[in-house]
Amino acid sequence: MDAAGLFRQMARARAFEDATSALWREGRISGEMHLGTGEEAVAAGVVASLRPGDAVALDHRPTPVLTVLGVDLAGMLAEMLGMESGIHRGRAGHMHLMSRTLLASSSGIVGSSAPLGAGFALAGRALRPGSVAVAFFGDGAMNQGMLLETLNLAAAWSLPLLLVCKDNGWSITTRTDAVTGGDPVARARGFGLETVDVDGGDVGAVAEAAADAIDRARNGEGPSFLRARVPRLDGHFLGDALVRAARSPAGDGRQLLGDVTSAALSRTGGGLGDRARSVVRLLDLMRRARREDRDTRHDPLERARSTVGQEVASRLEAEALAEVGRAVAAAGGAH
Amino acid sequence: MARLEFGAAIDAAVAEAMARDPRVIVLGEDVHTLRAPLFARFGPRRVLSAPISEAAFVGAAVGAAMGGLRPIAELMLVDFVGSCLDSLLNQASKVEGFTHGDWKVPLVVRATCGGGYGDGGQHEQALWGLLAGIPGLSVVVPSTPADAHGLMTAALRHDGPVIFLEHKLLSRSWLEFLGAGGRKTVSFDVPPDGVEGEVLAGEEVPLGVAAIRRHGDGLTIVSLAVGVHRAIAAAEILAREGIDCDVLDLRSVRPLDRVAVVASVARTGRLLVVDEDYREFGLSGELAAAVLEAGLSPRFARVCVDGTIPYARHLEDLALPSVARIAEAARELARVSPDLPGHG
Repeated sequence: MDAAGLFRQMARARAFEDATSALWREGRISGEMHLGTGEEAVAAGVVASLRPGDAVALDHRPTPVLTVLGVDLAGMLAEMLGMESGIHRGRAGHMHLMSRTLLASSSGIVGSSAPLGAGFALAGRALRPGSVAVAFFGDGAMNQGMLLETLNLAAAWSLPLLLVCKDNGWSITTRTDAVTGGDPVARARGFGLETVDVDGGDVGAVAEAAADAIDRARNGEGPSFLRARVPRLDGHFLGDALVRAARSPAGDGRQLLGDVTSAALSRTGGGLGDRARSVVRLLDLMRRARREDRDTRHDPLERARSTVGQEVASRLEAEALAEVGRAVAAAGGAH
Repeated sequence: MARLEFGAAIDAAVAEAMARDPRVIVLGEDVHTLRAPLFARFGPRRVLSAPISEAAFVGAAVGAAMGGLRPIAELMLVDFVGSCLDSLLNQASKVEGFTHGDWKVPLVVRATCGGGYGDGGQHEQALWGLLAGIPGLSVVVPSTPADAHGLMTAALRHDGPVIFLEHKLLSRSWLEFLGAGGRKTVSFDVPPDGVEGEVLAGEEVPLGVAAIRRHGDGLTIVSLAVGVHRAIAAAEILAREGIDCDVLDLRSVRPLDRVAVVASVARTGRLLVVDEDYREFGLSGELAAAVLEAGLSPRFARVCVDGTIPYARHLEDLALPSVARIAEAARELARVSPDLPGHG
């Protein structure tokens, strides 16, 4: 796909996430809301190589990929609004969006997209020769047993599967490197998978790497692991307590910081060094959370703008906004 | 005596145990954020942030407990137990039986449960029946801050594995974390007496002892967690209609206080179970068996969850046990004379 086509899909995905965010803030979407803002280049770049008959297993941030795949936007929005006109009649919500016709399925259980993707690949090999499956997940999921077992299974059975790790550096409100030994790419290589490591904010690089890996899988040359580094622009979920505390230490963060301070000064507890290490680590987390919050320098959409030029970018963004605006109205989300 | 929120009451019990006993540690996903005060007070060697590896860190907590520590493993949401079921089903629960009581596993698994804030079918389950179905585990589900404090205190003194479930509608910090996220545009049907209350520091609530929340001779309602508050609200409506209810709060699913249930049902001749867990093959059926085994044959009904909990708030309200559903089921039971001597 050409640069304009990729940018168009990214703009659509972003417009959809922004509309979702507004509805969530209005209180019209309930529960947790994990946006995929920052992952648009990965969604557009990978889906560009998919064909009918391919299958996609998704995590708790499924909407950018589903938007690019062509799922009805009004139906997805209506689903998140809990309406009978939603694609699952309000039963599923954003973490459980699925499309049987597009062979796409998401899940809110971290790591579960990997074995699901392996199963899709198995069915595809048997029933739709030349088809592939893609599993999307985050770096946090790289420490989940079922995912690590799937790396082995995919290699052992030489499945037509692309495993896409959207590496944003976070596992909920934990820095992934603080709880991870080794490197995800080296780990996948250790299981015998082909690996590729790309800048997930560079849509051209993602598209090229994904195309190679998907071609190999189609030709029966086995599974690949693609790590794409992405920013996390809206926290773990909307209203992420750590992000809010970091952004407004005197407001939303006041209770947390007050509780931490008085606890650190308790008469009993750990040694002074232990307490200091904890406090320093918490402050560091807040600093990192603040830095990533809607960081325009690392925003893939901003970066992709230069690949198509300002004029084309503005036109495509306006079209995407109009399309999503119509979907919001059709879903009954407009005021 | 202090007035505490539900979650703070649990944390106070944990802090007390950690200050008293260096073997008590906390481990789990995000605990530096979720338990930031404990993290700051006791340091990163006793409050350990884990990767998203439930099978590893709950499994490790079992080993740590067998090795001499008294760990609290935090599972965030009980729905995630699927990823680490082996450590509970085949490891923690079995050691005492295999060693004929010689080796015990002093482990607490702390997890949130329950719905009512629109998070969908993978994040709002109760699952206490599933877990209580495993011999060797204790499963506790408090409904008030005092019980939350007292049951956590007891769980931390207990020498076997205890699953401690914290209902999200009772725990303001969890409801804020998962449901509101700083929004003022959403509201939840939160039972006030469950969210905040008087707590006596250090006072233990023994495992396996139910509490009578309301007295009445016409009907026994047995419930736990949020269901207790819904049952009390229903009982107040029913009292005005001439139906007086006993409301029994189980507090523990395993061990189950059969004696308290049987004593109440022997008096009322009618048993209504209000259970946020799945209807079939769970707690409500077990309670029916308990009264039958005691030789009673009461009128029986249950208000439970029938299938996958729907995401949409209005559908979720219909799926979870509500005051209206409880009152309706109670009226239906009260209409029929119980088949017991001395009643009817």
